[in-house]
Parts: sequence; C-alpha cells; structure tokens
Amino acid sequence: MSKLTGAQILLRMLKEEGVDTIFGYPGGVVLDIYDELARTDLKHILVRHEQGAVHAADAYARASGKVGVCLVTSGPGATNTVTGIATANMDSIPIVVITGQVPTKLIGNDAFQEVDIVGITRPCTKHNYLVKDVKDLAKTIKEAFHIARSGRPGPVLIDLPKDVSISKTSFKLPDDVQLRSYNPTYVPNRKQLLKVVDMIKKAKKPLIFSGGGVILSRAHKELAELAKKNKIPVTSTLMGLGGFSGMDPLWLGMLGMHGTYRANMSVSECDLMIAVGVRFDDRVTGKTDEFAPYAKIVQIDIDPTSIQKNIQVHVPVVGDCKISLELLNQMIDHEDMGELKPEHQQWLDRIDNWKKTTPQVYDQTDVIKPQYVIEKLFELTKGEAIITTEVGQNQMWAAQYYHFTQPGQFISSGGLGTMGFGLPAAVGAQVAAPDKLVVDIAGDGSIQMNIQEMATAVQYNLPVKVVILNNGFLGMVRQWQQLFYDKCYSSTKFQHTPDFVKLAEAYGAVGLRATKPEEVEKVLKEGIVCKKAVIMDFVVEPEECVYPMVPAGAPISKMLLV
Amino acid sequence: MTKKHILSILVDNEPGVLSRIAGLFSGRGYNIDSLCVAETAEPFVSRITMVTKGDSMILEQIKKQVNKIINVIKVTDLTDQEFVERELVLLKVNAKAEHRAEILRITDIFRGQVVDVGQEHFTINIIGDTDKITAILTLLKPFGIREIARTGCIAMFRENKSKS
Repeated sequence: MSKLTGAQILLRMLKEEGVDTIFGYPGGVVLDIYDELARTDLKHILVRHEQGAVHAADAYARASGKVGVCLVTSGPGATNTVTGIATANMDSIPIVVITGQVPTKLIGNDAFQEVDIVGITRPCTKHNYLVKDVKDLAKTIKEAFHIARSGRPGPVLIDLPKDVSISKTSFKLPDDVQLRSYNPTYVPNRKQLLKVVDMIKKAKKPLIFSGGGVILSRAHKELAELAKKNKIPVTSTLMGLGGFSGMDPLWLGMLGMHGTYRANMSVSECDLMIAVGVRFDDRVTGKTDEFAPYAKIVQIDIDPTSIQKNIQVHVPVVGDCKISLELLNQMIDHEDMGELKPEHQQWLDRIDNWKKTTPQVYDQTDVIKPQYVIEKLFELTKGEAIITTEVGQNQMWAAQYYHFTQPGQFISSGGLGTMGFGLPAAVGAQVAAPDKLVVDIAGDGSIQMNIQEMATAVQYNLPVKVVILNNGFLGMVRQWQQLFYDKCYSSTKFQHTPDFVKLAEAYGAVGLRATKPEEVEKVLKEGIVCKKAVIMDFVVEPEECVYPMVPAGAPISKMLLV
Repeated sequence: MTKKHILSILVDNEPGVLSRIAGLFSGRGYNIDSLCVAETAEPFVSRITMVTKGDSMILEQIKKQVNKIINVIKVTDLTDQEFVERELVLLKVNAKAEHRAEILRITDIFRGQVVDVGQEHFTINIIGDTDKITAILTLLKPFGIREIARTGCIAMFRENKSKS
C-alpha cells in the first residue's frame, strides 16, 4: 500500500468527495498543502481576505447545491473565517472549512499564529474537528462532508496541524460513514402526514409558508405541486425566495418585517398554515402571540429543534422537505379531496383583492428610486440572473422587486445578516455557474466591507456585476433612526465615500454611474452586456425607506405602509 | 411551570464533548444545577448526568438541542419515571466536645461515615438522594459547616419490575 502525506490525503479525499474548486488563502502552516495543491487539477480561487473565501464557498454551495470548500492558514487566517462560518451556520449552508494549525507539539504554547479555532467555532459550526493523527485524517474528512451535507446542512471545520499534513501513512479509502450518534430523519411519520391531508381537506383558508429548507432540499417541484393542485397560496421567508415561482398567481410575496401586505394579512387570517422548512425567525413572526392567530399550524422540518422553538405548532412533521412533500402529494392523490369549497374561493378572491388595493408601490420622482433600479434590472435580465445581496435596504428591495423563480437564484445572508456578504458571494456563485449572469445588489455601506474581492473577480475573469444603490447612508439603520429615533442620524451618514467608478477602474473592472432616472436603463444595459466585472453606481434618493414595515415586536398585521 | 429535571446523556468519550454541551447551555441561557461526567462500561462512551430547570417548552428544546450535538448518542429525561438517584457529599463540620455525640448520632441515622477527625471537626461522608442530603445538611448546619464538596447527582432508571 502506498504511503501518502497528510496533505496528499487531504487533496485526494477532496477529490473523492467530488470537490473541484477550493476558495482559499495560503499561509505558514498550510504551505505543504499548497505545495501539493499546485500538482493537482483542483481549481483554487485565491481570494483577498479569508472572510471572502468562506462567503464565496458558501455562495458556491447555495448556487450549485454542492458542498463549498475553503482552505486557510492558522491564527488570523482562521479567525477571519468566523463571520463566514457563522453566516453559513445560521442559513444551514453545507461548507467544509479547512484551517491550518501549528504543529501538535506547540498547541497550547501560544505559538506564532496559534489560535484555538476549534474552541472558537464550536458554537457556530454544525461540527468541528482537530486532527491529531494523520491516520484519522481520511476518515475525518469523509465524516466532515457527510455531516455538512446531510440532515439540516451546515458548516464543518477541520483544524489540521502542520505536522499532520507532513507525516505519512498508508492510505486506504475509508468506509461509508456510520455514526451512531447522528442519524437525521428523512422519511416522516405517515400518521402525521395523514393528519395533514385531513386538515387540507377541511381548511377554508389554507396557506403555505415555505423557507430555506425547501431550497436546501430542492423541494420546489413538490411544493409547486402541493400548492397548485390544492389551490393554496404561498408565501415564503427571505431564505425561501426562489422555492416557489415569484411569477405564479398563487405567489403572495415574502412575509414578515418587510413582507407584502397580502402575505402578512394572509398569515393573520388563514385557518391552516403549512410551514415547510422554516424556523419562525423573529423577523418573520413579529409578535409571536399574534402570529397566525386563527391557524392550525403544520410544521415540516428535518431539524426537530426548529419545531416548537418559537411557535407552538399543532402537527409537527420531522422529515426532509422534499420527501415529506412528495409523500403528502401522493396521499392527496389517493384521497377524494372534494370540490373547491366556496369559502376557499372567497379566500383566494380576498387575497387577490389585497393585491389590488394594497400593492407594492413607491413614488417615482426626478431622483432615482432604488426600487426602480431593481425593477429595471429584473426586466432587463428577464428574471434569470443569480442575485446576491449585501444586507440592509438593498437586500429587502432585492427581495421585494426582483421575482425569483428558481432555487439557488437568490443568495443572501438571511439569519446572521452579514454586511459584506454579497460581493464574495457573487464571486462564488459565478464560479459555480460560469454561464449565468450574477449580480450583487449592494449598498454603499456594505459593499465597502469586502470590496477587496473585486480583485479576485478581475483576476479570474469573473464578470460579476455590482449594482450599488448609493444613498450615502447606512440606509436600514438610518430608516430605524428616521422612524423610531426622531431622525437622530447618529453615525449613519457617510461623510466620505470613494468614487466607485474610479475604484472599479483601479481594480481593472468597469465603472459606470447613473444619477438621473433616465440614465438607469442605459447603465444597466451597458453593465449587463459587458464581459468584465462591472460596478454600477446608482446615486439614489438618500432618505427612501423600505415599506411595508412591521415595527420590531409588533404583530405582522400592523404594517407601516408608507 | 419550572421544574427540576435529571437528564442522563450518553456521549462519545472524546476531548471537547463536555465543552460542546456546556457551551450549548451557556450560549442559549439554559440552567445547569449540577453536572457529573464519567466513563461508562464502554470505554468510548461517557455518561453525563445533568440536573437542569425549565418549563416544558424549554426542556423540550434543551433535550432536542443536546441531541443535535453530533457527539451525543442518547438523551433521556429521568424525571417523571422510576429512577434511583445518588449524590456523594463530603462535609467538614465543627465538632466541639459537647456536640460530638450528637453529630455522630445524626451521621449514624443517615448512614454516613466519619472519614476524618480533628480536635474540633469531623469530616463526614454521606451518600443519598437530594432529599436526604438536604435533610442532613439542615440538621448539621447549627453546628457550623466549614466546607462542603458535592459530586452532583448521578441517576439511573429502575428496571421494570413486572418484567423481571
């Protein structure tokens, strides 16, 4: 049997797991891995900051459905990944992060670039490992990938001391992973599903509430079947956008703090809520006591901890979203569901009426409205672009005014709300989908948090488009100050912002700017057809707010509309 | 309603596992009254016996969250079931000449043992469930307890008698 070094085993196992791309940044203790890497055909994307590597791997996973991988050095290299790991953890994204570590003999000695990254990331990973013996390495990597991608997915970190990557051992492919302490439930309990069938049959005002779980398990077809066959309107969380077609007549738009009027009102009036792959985040529920007050709630989720955490549900179903919906659809097929009840038709009419009376609108003036930029972007890209976002107003307008039709099309930091996510995410998504148009919808605040990744985009000829909705403010925080803090704009006005057009050019990208509404379309068209990375700077209305808005802690039926 | 629960948790006997569980409790603001960890008959498995408090919704979350930790093999809530519970306590109590007989009598009633004697103190070893430990501590308090070391509670199911 041939003997391999730890570095060789690592790269071999990555190939075995189907990895073809790594996002990373080299350093002292990972030199041996990088030396081996140069001799493989694995593609390595050299980012400009380790946080960028994790976000890129994360978006690569979201866009492709595969596990994203990143490789960084010890100490600061490792700590720089923490925000990215926490982001992936909150959104249940499968990534494997490999950090170098000082040699095992030096661990605990405060060695140069030593940090206890396993200790630091314990609360923000699904699981993590410190590999102390090269003999355990192959098995650990296999386990890490298995844990990252199965059940409710999540980030897994492997800390690899330098001596382990150098020492040799005889290599044998590890057996399939068997963990007695980890066996996610994929197939739900049939009896629970029977109850759901019965509830659908009896419901007069049913509603489907879908979330990130539908995207992660790619259950969009099954979800569409359930909704269309039974004429059940669908709303979703931010993370669930793209799980149901944003162009379908049954689509209500997003719910929650910045949800549509009809989505929030439907939640507040429905008599049956089928929640699929959601975790009832506070940005969705508003005041929990008054969330869906008239509804019997069914919750389908692979993670039992998501059930009964924030909201008491009537019928919990533990299982994979795709398998559960597939079984549910089959059961409904074998059941006489009866004619569509008149009350059910009235319910659909009532929702339609909300759409007419209280649509999503904004005032067009002679200043560029951020909503208009996104509407135009949607129109010009025919709704087919992959959209990544930063966090704040830009993210909410993207969610409201771009209508998504495919899972993996909307890539955003939902749970953690990480500013600086969008640009590295666009890089990762573009690597995963080289033929797609990838657009980062950004604000002038968050784009500056990882702007260095423009260099990565340019180096690898990744033609990502950055649409900056430039209002000169940290817009969402300013919106709260405007509405709830008597317009005391404490530290939310940028006194100085770089010239984004020149900045783009300095990076070797293309910079464009629009300052008037009539320039928007031209700039977007020019940016979209350009084969290079582009920053488009839209100078927008400085004090525009995102509406509807539910004030924090209020019931979601109590929206500020303008 | 907040209630005391004894959880018996089987985990992989690996470094860092206790930290995962303790971290979960501190991170989510759950309560740990006592915690006891040791190897089981299987060398790769440890048992953690934990006493915690919370209402039924919190307890359900605690059990699910603990179960979700990859290294946790099984979580059982012994509360509301038939179980035996023991804790070992070492306590050093002031024992002046006039009180020595009384202290020894109390120790005897509780089937404790004196494991160390000095001019003015006894060190007593007591084993029992929470009620028994509380009772003897109350009785010995007036003499002046200098120090206490408690193991925390360990517990096990009673086998179903009708079956055996």
